[in-house]
Amino acid sequence: MADENGPVLELRGITKRYPGIVADDHVDFDLRRGEVHALLGENGAGKSTLMNILYGLTRPDEGEIVVGGTQMTFSSAKDAIEAGIGMVHQHFMLIPVMTVAENIVLGVEPVRDGVLLDEGGAEERVRELSKQFGLAADPTALVSSITVGQQQRVEILKALYRGAQILILDEPTAVLTPQEAGELFGIVRSLKADGKSIIFISHKLNEVLEIADRITVLRRGKKIDTVSQQGATEEGLARMMVGRDVLLRVEKVPASPGEVALEVRDLHVVDERELERVRGVSFTVRSGEIVAIAGVDGNGQTELVEAITGLRRIESGTVTVGGREYAGHLTPRMMIDAGIGHIPEDRHRHGLVLDFNLAENLALHDYDKPPDSRLGWLYPARLVQRAVRLIREFDIRGGGPLTFARALSGGNQQKVVVAREVARNPVVLIAAQPTRGLDVGAIEYVHRRLVAERDDGHAILLVSLELDEVLSLADRILVIYEGSIVGEHAAGVGEEEIGLEMLGGRKQAVA
Amino acid sequence: MSDTAPTSSAPPEPEPSTEFAVKLGAAQRAGGLVVPILTAVLAFLAGGIVVAATGHNPWIAYQGIWDGAGFNWLFHIPWDTNTIHLDAFNLSQTLLTTTTLILTGLAVAFPFRCGLFNIGGQGQYLVGLIVANWIGISFASWPTAPHVLLGVVAAAFAGAVWAGIAGFLKATTGAHEVITTIMLNWIAIWGGQYLFGQGGPLQNTYNPSAPESGTVAPSAHIPVFWGNPVLQGLDYGFFVGIAALLAFWLILNRTTLGYELRATGFNPDAAAYGGINVRKKYFQAMAIGGLFAGLAGAIDMLGYLFQFGVLDVQASQIGFLGIAVALLGRNTAVGVGVSAFLFGGLLYGTTRGLNPNVFDPGLAGNLTSMIQGLIVLFVGADILILYVWNARRKARLPRILQPEAGK
Repeated sequence: MADENGPVLELRGITKRYPGIVADDHVDFDLRRGEVHALLGENGAGKSTLMNILYGLTRPDEGEIVVGGTQMTFSSAKDAIEAGIGMVHQHFMLIPVMTVAENIVLGVEPVRDGVLLDEGGAEERVRELSKQFGLAADPTALVSSITVGQQQRVEILKALYRGAQILILDEPTAVLTPQEAGELFGIVRSLKADGKSIIFISHKLNEVLEIADRITVLRRGKKIDTVSQQGATEEGLARMMVGRDVLLRVEKVPASPGEVALEVRDLHVVDERELERVRGVSFTVRSGEIVAIAGVDGNGQTELVEAITGLRRIESGTVTVGGREYAGHLTPRMMIDAGIGHIPEDRHRHGLVLDFNLAENLALHDYDKPPDSRLGWLYPARLVQRAVRLIREFDIRGGGPLTFARALSGGNQQKVVVAREVARNPVVLIAAQPTRGLDVGAIEYVHRRLVAERDDGHAILLVSLELDEVLSLADRILVIYEGSIVGEHAAGVGEEEIGLEMLGGRKQAVA
Repeated sequence: MSDTAPTSSAPPEPEPSTEFAVKLGAAQRAGGLVVPILTAVLAFLAGGIVVAATGHNPWIAYQGIWDGAGFNWLFHIPWDTNTIHLDAFNLSQTLLTTTTLILTGLAVAFPFRCGLFNIGGQGQYLVGLIVANWIGISFASWPTAPHVLLGVVAAAFAGAVWAGIAGFLKATTGAHEVITTIMLNWIAIWGGQYLFGQGGPLQNTYNPSAPESGTVAPSAHIPVFWGNPVLQGLDYGFFVGIAALLAFWLILNRTTLGYELRATGFNPDAAAYGGINVRKKYFQAMAIGGLFAGLAGAIDMLGYLFQFGVLDVQASQIGFLGIAVALLGRNTAVGVGVSAFLFGGLLYGTTRGLNPNVFDPGLAGNLTSMIQGLIVLFVGADILILYVWNARRKARLPRILQPEAGK
């Protein structure tokens, strides 16, 4: 590492094959001192396999790892750590019942009197490190009592404590709120200023452009290119990731709203702890328009959607679908029959029966009606027929009608849900965080589909935590804060204004 | 690729990965067959080691059990009439037990597919026995067909009601079915002891000092189709057991009810989202499970028991054994059928069917209990093994194969 500008790390021709697939195909990668090098690619592009190889968790079939000019063979994470490599996994590996300091020193504890854990020393060392890199963390706090963002900092400190010069951050923002992500970027910059080198794994274009100096794009196990952050654009990166042009901005013509399809009036909903989560929400959605509900997570969006779809009891208020008013005790069956299609926010919990095959999943609302069944007798062949049709129509890949939903990728699982809900031709389509956890190509698909449904004259209620998504899709935007609608805007409103309202900056309710 | 055709807007899929995932799924489904077989083989091996440790020859012991279960009859050459009568009799007795075990096994397997663990097969079986006994004695003037039919239907219904109580409590109050079915077992056991006991309403009328039920009238006896009716031949209840297996499969796979039950069993949240009334399904699943157990009680009572004593109520275990049958059979129709046959043979082959000169019946009885215990233990362990295996697999496989890897 004597050479100031030479690479601190080089991966040459790394290849890893799994039965039936080449996860990484002769991938080259290099990292300079004091740089943030982003590794960009869709789910399954080979990013994590590459990093697992670098961290000694997986052995490559071919290729070499060169750290500081020396060729290395890592047979375990321990070897990688000794070579100055630290990794912060997506899912943290902390022990919740132990303190921050105990977690950080775990395995390399400072020792007092020969055998005893030097707790004071450990805490002191953690404080020094926190100060050095601007990572605020209370060493005496229990890990179970701190936030996810703080836990991530503990993971970073853990790596630094072990002397990491190279830090791998695996999709670090996936678990963070936007605010926490901002703080993380600050930490990354100060680490960089201190001469650490960082590999930043992500599939989010905007954050990669914000934080990285150089960007390497992987696609289907192959390195496509390494580009400098200067001059790189989201469009260009997306093209490299997906292998074709991707529309990041949704193209749509102005809406031509028709009749009111969904009307929610003075809705009140409480959660399991009897806390009021939706406080007198009223709004309408017309056919042929997309109305988006923007807001920070946990402001009553989930409860609102569950109430409208009959999954959660309504305290008071009414829901009118296609001219028919519903009040009191709603059931999912009632609302399905009323013409509500629902793309739920958690497709694993609600949207799919993962151990059902696609044919069964696609029949989830219609299995009890002809032609799927008659007089309680099910015709599986007809379920399969429908599945064959929808799989083709909605371009669901990775399996056939008899494939278990579990075996599909996240994007294709979501397509199954979208296909089922859209194919029923609903009066109102409620899409709750429809692109959560999806990669660029799948997001584009879902967005286009929603716009197409709108243009087809359906009413669409979009609930999203992603402001970008709201701004690019919605014809009208409602901002929800602490269970109330605090703002209503036409499309084209500024991000600033909505962002402020989302944080409760302007609390007066809109009539 | 251009972005103009909507159908091309999907993300590029790593096609081979799904192929691999499918292969893996197939391997696991194959494991679903291999594991129980391995489980049984291991249990028998371990049993054999214990037999060897007691100074006996395990080979001879197992051969004794094999012959005792009447399995050797299946391999007799036609002109060898030497022991064929005894062997045929043994096999008919094994099948008699198999029938009961099929039904008590289904009583556990059916609710299991809806995500419920019915520990109450024993209680539901006893309720069925009691009702069948009562009907069998009561309508003595009736012709056989309606009398048997009434007894069987009433007993099955009683079993359904008994299990339905647990299902109802689960649906309305959320009371856990394991707790409630265990309680209902005890109510059935004590209820049976009261009913058949001295001075009880269903005690026999001819011997007031004997704490046992009356005897089922001949008109309510299920006809025997194989063997001598006087010597407890195999009755037509056997076919009810086979039909129940078929019904089990049909209900689960070819009816909307089965679809709903399976959806609820796999993921109650998604089922509710899909419009299924999950609470109602819990009740229905339990009630149908209880129906199978009640049927078992009826077929035993009207097929060969005809009478039941307080001591029999206390000693009966066949409903509990249904749990082991269902677990080993992986809660599938074929699995339950096969494992019921295995347990049926084991049960009969180590007790009355066993030639005491070949193998010590005392030891044999313990061997049965041991093999049963080991099978249940191994089946429990295989869930653990699968869990560990899956965790390992998750850690080892490339990201590509993990759904939701981006989160």
